[in-house]
Amino acid sequence: MKTHNSLFDEHEILHELKHFLPAQAPLKDFIHHNTLHAFQNLKFYSGIRKASDMFGYKTSLSLDEYRGLYEEQRISPAILKKIITGKKGVALVKEWTEKAISKEFENSSLPKIGAIRSNWKRQYQIDMDSLVHPILFRIICSYLDQGISIWGFPVRQKSFLASLREMERNSFSSFFKTERAKQLLLHDKCDISTLLTILVGDESLFKQYLFDQQFAHQGWSGMVSAIEDQPQTLLDQRRITLHDLIVFELLLEIDALEFRFGKDWTPIKSRLTVQPVNLFAETPQTELNEVLEIWQNAFEWTYYDEVLAGIKMEKNGQKKIANKSFQAMFCIDDRECSLRRYLEQYDADCETFGTPGFFGVEFFYQPEDGKFYTKVCPAPVTPKYLIKEVHAFKKKDRDVHFTKHSHSFYGGWLISQTLGFWSAVRLFVNIFRPSMSPATASSFRHMEKYSKLTIENKNIENKENGLQVGFAIDEMAQRVEGLLKSIGLVKDFAPIVYVVGHGSSSVNNPHYAAYDCGACSGRAGSVNSRVICYMANHPKVREILATRGIVIPAKTQFLGALHDTTRDEIAFFDEDSLSHDNLEIHNKNEVTFDNALDSNAKERSRRFESIDSKLSPEKIHDKIRTRSVSLFEPRPELNHATNALCIVGSRELTKGLFLDRRAFMNSYDYTIDPDGKFLFNILKAAAPVCGGINLEYYFSRVDNQKLGAGTKLPHNVMGLFGVANGIDGDLRPGLPSQMIEVHDPVRLLIIVEHLPEVVLDTIQRNAETYEWFINEWVNLVVVHPETKEFYSFKEGGFVKYQPLKQQVDTVSDMIPLLESNQDNVPVYLIA
Amino acid sequence: MASLLHFFILVPILGFIINGLTPNKKEGLLSWGAFFTIGIHLFGAIVFIIYWLQNGYPTLNLKDISLFKTNDYEFFIDFCFDKITVVYLFVGSFITFLVTIYSRYYMHREDGYKRFFNTILFFYIGYNITIFSGNLETLFIGWEILGISSFLLIAFYRDRYLPVKNAVKVFSIYRIGDVGLILAMWMSHHLWHENITFLKLSNYEMVHEHLQSHSFFGVFISLMILLSAAAKSAQLPFSSWLPRAMEGPTPSSAIFYGSLSVHVGVFLLLRTFPFWEQQLSVRILIGALGFVTMLIATGIARVQSSVKSQIAYASIAQIGIIFIEVAAGFENLALFHFAGNAFLRTYQLLVSPSVVSYLIREQFYNFSPRQRSIEDSFPKKIEYTLYMLSIKEWNLDSLMYRYLWNPMKMLGNRLNFLTINRVLVFFIPVYVFGLFALYNEEVIPPIIHEYLPILFSLIGLTMVLKSFTERKKARMSWMLIILNHFWVALSISFNEHYKYTETLLYLSGIIVAGIIGFISLTRLQLLEKSIDLDQFHGHSLKHPKIAFVFLLCCLGASGFPITPTFIGEDVIFSHIHENQITLAFFTSLSFIIDGLSIIRIYARVFLGPHVKSVYETAYRSS
Repeated sequence: MKTHNSLFDEHEILHELKHFLPAQAPLKDFIHHNTLHAFQNLKFYSGIRKASDMFGYKTSLSLDEYRGLYEEQRISPAILKKIITGKKGVALVKEWTEKAISKEFENSSLPKIGAIRSNWKRQYQIDMDSLVHPILFRIICSYLDQGISIWGFPVRQKSFLASLREMERNSFSSFFKTERAKQLLLHDKCDISTLLTILVGDESLFKQYLFDQQFAHQGWSGMVSAIEDQPQTLLDQRRITLHDLIVFELLLEIDALEFRFGKDWTPIKSRLTVQPVNLFAETPQTELNEVLEIWQNAFEWTYYDEVLAGIKMEKNGQKKIANKSFQAMFCIDDRECSLRRYLEQYDADCETFGTPGFFGVEFFYQPEDGKFYTKVCPAPVTPKYLIKEVHAFKKKDRDVHFTKHSHSFYGGWLISQTLGFWSAVRLFVNIFRPSMSPATASSFRHMEKYSKLTIENKNIENKENGLQVGFAIDEMAQRVEGLLKSIGLVKDFAPIVYVVGHGSSSVNNPHYAAYDCGACSGRAGSVNSRVICYMANHPKVREILATRGIVIPAKTQFLGALHDTTRDEIAFFDEDSLSHDNLEIHNKNEVTFDNALDSNAKERSRRFESIDSKLSPEKIHDKIRTRSVSLFEPRPELNHATNALCIVGSRELTKGLFLDRRAFMNSYDYTIDPDGKFLFNILKAAAPVCGGINLEYYFSRVDNQKLGAGTKLPHNVMGLFGVANGIDGDLRPGLPSQMIEVHDPVRLLIIVEHLPEVVLDTIQRNAETYEWFINEWVNLVVVHPETKEFYSFKEGGFVKYQPLKQQVDTVSDMIPLLESNQDNVPVYLIA
Repeated sequence: MASLLHFFILVPILGFIINGLTPNKKEGLLSWGAFFTIGIHLFGAIVFIIYWLQNGYPTLNLKDISLFKTNDYEFFIDFCFDKITVVYLFVGSFITFLVTIYSRYYMHREDGYKRFFNTILFFYIGYNITIFSGNLETLFIGWEILGISSFLLIAFYRDRYLPVKNAVKVFSIYRIGDVGLILAMWMSHHLWHENITFLKLSNYEMVHEHLQSHSFFGVFISLMILLSAAAKSAQLPFSSWLPRAMEGPTPSSAIFYGSLSVHVGVFLLLRTFPFWEQQLSVRILIGALGFVTMLIATGIARVQSSVKSQIAYASIAQIGIIFIEVAAGFENLALFHFAGNAFLRTYQLLVSPSVVSYLIREQFYNFSPRQRSIEDSFPKKIEYTLYMLSIKEWNLDSLMYRYLWNPMKMLGNRLNFLTINRVLVFFIPVYVFGLFALYNEEVIPPIIHEYLPILFSLIGLTMVLKSFTERKKARMSWMLIILNHFWVALSISFNEHYKYTETLLYLSGIIVAGIIGFISLTRLQLLEKSIDLDQFHGHSLKHPKIAFVFLLCCLGASGFPITPTFIGEDVIFSHIHENQITLAFFTSLSFIIDGLSIIRIYARVFLGPHVKSVYETAYRSS
């Protein structure tokens, strides 16, 4: 591994390479993150410029798209003027406005990646990628495969290279076409630098060559790198490293050259006629970059300005509720935004809260009969606790169509002549009457409704594989306190406090995990909601809480629930634990929930072509349910599409606003957190989680081909961990076009209700969190709680912001607007 | 009753035309158009089948228009309807109907929505012509349509590299099948001295009598039929094309490669069964081919780690068994097996994206770390060897390259000295000399005369080889393709005297297509400066109209049934004598490469990632 005094430091280069590669984990653990995380150490605009220059990504909308938005008045001229004035000064406004609106730009620059490797084709007339990729992908896929193949990779326990070596040694056949590559693998020293010396020759080119090579298939390299870093993400674990992948690929390249030219070839260095451009060189700013930056800012602030103007004018939310009928806690998720609005509409006395959907309880979960643990808390957290499901009476449905017997000749012979005809019936039924099937990924399957959970730990020694089973009383109290204080629910408890996690159901959707709760690592939030309710209902926990200033009345009960965001259904857990009085109240509330869910379905339907939004809410809700189980529906729901805001403050701040399901909402009461202790924790999670979701949507939207997964219609599932086009393609990380097509690529605006100085101090406490703000990967505005003045975060300080928009329309009935409008609607005040 | 058969051909054609005229953006109209066409077709099929059953299920034969007639040759369209057609009709229209409904929602907002439904309808025309065909000539029309629609659907995502590359790959295999069929038709003209219908073939005594005296003919025809069937049904050694065809949207893969298209080879065998029934050696060969395919494909299916390729190889293995069943004479079983396999694979492909959540769940609850498969009990060395061979698909994919295309390319590359000028300077005088000689045949010594056709067809072959390997000038490559046909015409004219109208028939389509194609390329060259053939250019993005016109020219020039050339090709072949194997070989070889070269020009110039925009295009590897 060590190479003394050389330009090539293998360890460092691999590290750097891994940093740049896509970081997406296998499908089952799909978690949104900033696609261009490698550039986050730079300012947003420098970062995306550099990324585009190095790898050929498109990192913003095109000039024409912005101009189109301007013509449709979705970018306001006043804001554009303001942005240009701020950037260029008053004197240059006219000149730059003209540049933005009408100047022709020629963009002829080529990305730098591939500069060295393109010489294989140019100088050697050999199509290296076509010769190497198919066999390389296939072997890696077979090694990593989680259960598609019937005959798995024969040697799986060893590391990737060792497995190959073992097979190569004991076989009449070979992965290679020539003896030389085989010899190198089996007998000679085959570290990266030796192989690069054979292939490239010039040490100063090694690093760039490896970048060229790995970015010719960033999907596979990224997957290998992700699995190397977190092997537990594959249930059936494998020992693979990027190093092994590179060695094997270099061997295959040598093999291809040997096969074509025999001994008669020299390293690529010898045939380079011009020095290739340096991949890592600085990227100078062009006028076009500046214009695009102006447009992007104008696009974002046109929307932000409207929202801020709305917040300024909003008065509705400040009415005090005397007698609260119920309280409900939801996930911060933007999809819960509208459901909360409808609940408040149908029951003006209820109160809703938002908080990350793991509800402050971090643990691994093991369903009954499950052979593995599932993490149900934010991805960076490593919990020390285990919650087990017991007494579940679930029947595990099977679908014979997935049986592998149909792939053998004798089994296939029988099956195709029997089951084959059943398939025709199934297909017919599925098309005309779609229904739940074992193939459906359903959020309600995460945990059996009537099962029991091992939540309380009575004996600290009760451990499994180093995890403590359940929480002790003081650990519970600590978590309940943290949750309640962070959302500001410390007094005026209603008789029932619902804690509603969320999940989703879809079929024929390899990206199903992306639709579930991100705060639960891409799982449904049902277990977490039950766990926190159990804790908050525990008398001993309440005793401790009382000593810490949170007095929960004895009649108040917490009740867990799960909201399925695709089907708009809700399931309540442990209803039998409710007191008689509360059960009555609950039955009444259930009607409110049902109505709200129907209306929510109706509001969502306006984006769906196949549903007539003018129908009654109940009818639409039925169609929405059908949609979630339809094999042929590539858009069961639209997930986080259109997300643009994250509001950290009291519900009153935005209660009277129609925000069109575009806001993440985290409840927060600044009065009980004067020094920003809870705010720190909220922002520490919200910036990377909501910011990550937002940027993944942003980049998948602006460059769906290179940063997204392209259309999902031709996708082929590879080894159960990724998707590719066809059978020989590169893995496609990112989001498919069906998920992002309605998304407006704007960065997240985090709006915090607190004093600017406290917020400034809070965000600077952690360098990692601060990077998001100072480098502008998310935008930040503070609402002064007393004066309702806005302060926008710029270059490390807050400057006062006065919304340009003076008038926000008031509507008393949103329904006609929603029925007639398929695109984003502006912010409205709700009368 | 037989005249009702027209309905099944005309309905899809009508639907195709109507949909072709519907504007691009009208998703609703387009999908309803396809839905109605296939719906009416399915309904008609069910009613007709019931009616037919009630009438004692007679075998129907309908001799349709005669397209061309001379004293000893007649080219006519003929339809046939029997048990085999019934099964293929019902399965085909049922699956296509469901997949059309499926795609209405699935394809929503996809670029190329219209293209998708039109190609499906086009495919459906081809499918119906094939299954209703009453003679080889009619079948060949449908066969060609199937080939082209396959190409178009595989290259549906025409702005990406891999779909286009694989589409060309698949087309090249299909082309081998096409020529097998042409040669089978050629020999069968000589055997029967007529354009024989399948109905007549079922006359056991007649077939028996003919084969008695011409057993070599019989074997040759059977082998050619087997070649075509094996290529179309992805049997060895052609199997590797099937998984590579899975590049289009999932429903199109389901209908084409899961179910219908891939079973057309079986159909050909079932249809021609009465002909080769009496040739035991052929039956053993077909059975053996099916058997070996079954073994190898099952092995490959077992190691596949991607869903679609696994289904593809599993399906190939089943088709191998169906081949055995057909060879053994179990017609009913084969039909039953076909239907079951088609339904099963269609459904498996359609639900294939669900496999992630389903199997991960399965794994979560039922995982055991060392799951053993039967192969683990083999000796290690055997196990590893078999595994590696299966992973590499027994080198089937590279085999085609190594032993077929690469030698051709090498030959072609030897011809690099040919430039446009040299072609003109050398070959035009030679051609003129050839024409001159043709008019003054009496002065040529008979010994030389005998070899002239071969010489000229060899020159034609050289032309297409050069065209096939030309890397720079698209127009030059195009011109060579057209010239090849002139050489073929000249060569055959020496062979046998026939009417000039026949030559005209043959060349008419080619001349028109050639000129328009040349103009299209010239126009494109004016607009886009250089168009070489060294890479994909993706010009259909900016010039969809030129692309469409040129596609029509390609079809015309490759003898697709839209111009008289299609009949002409057949007529020309009928003038090659049954003992002129060399001439037949050269001519058919030049037809194969000719088609390949045409599709190569189309793909390189008009398909693939757009050459001018690096941004917003997918990576080459994806």
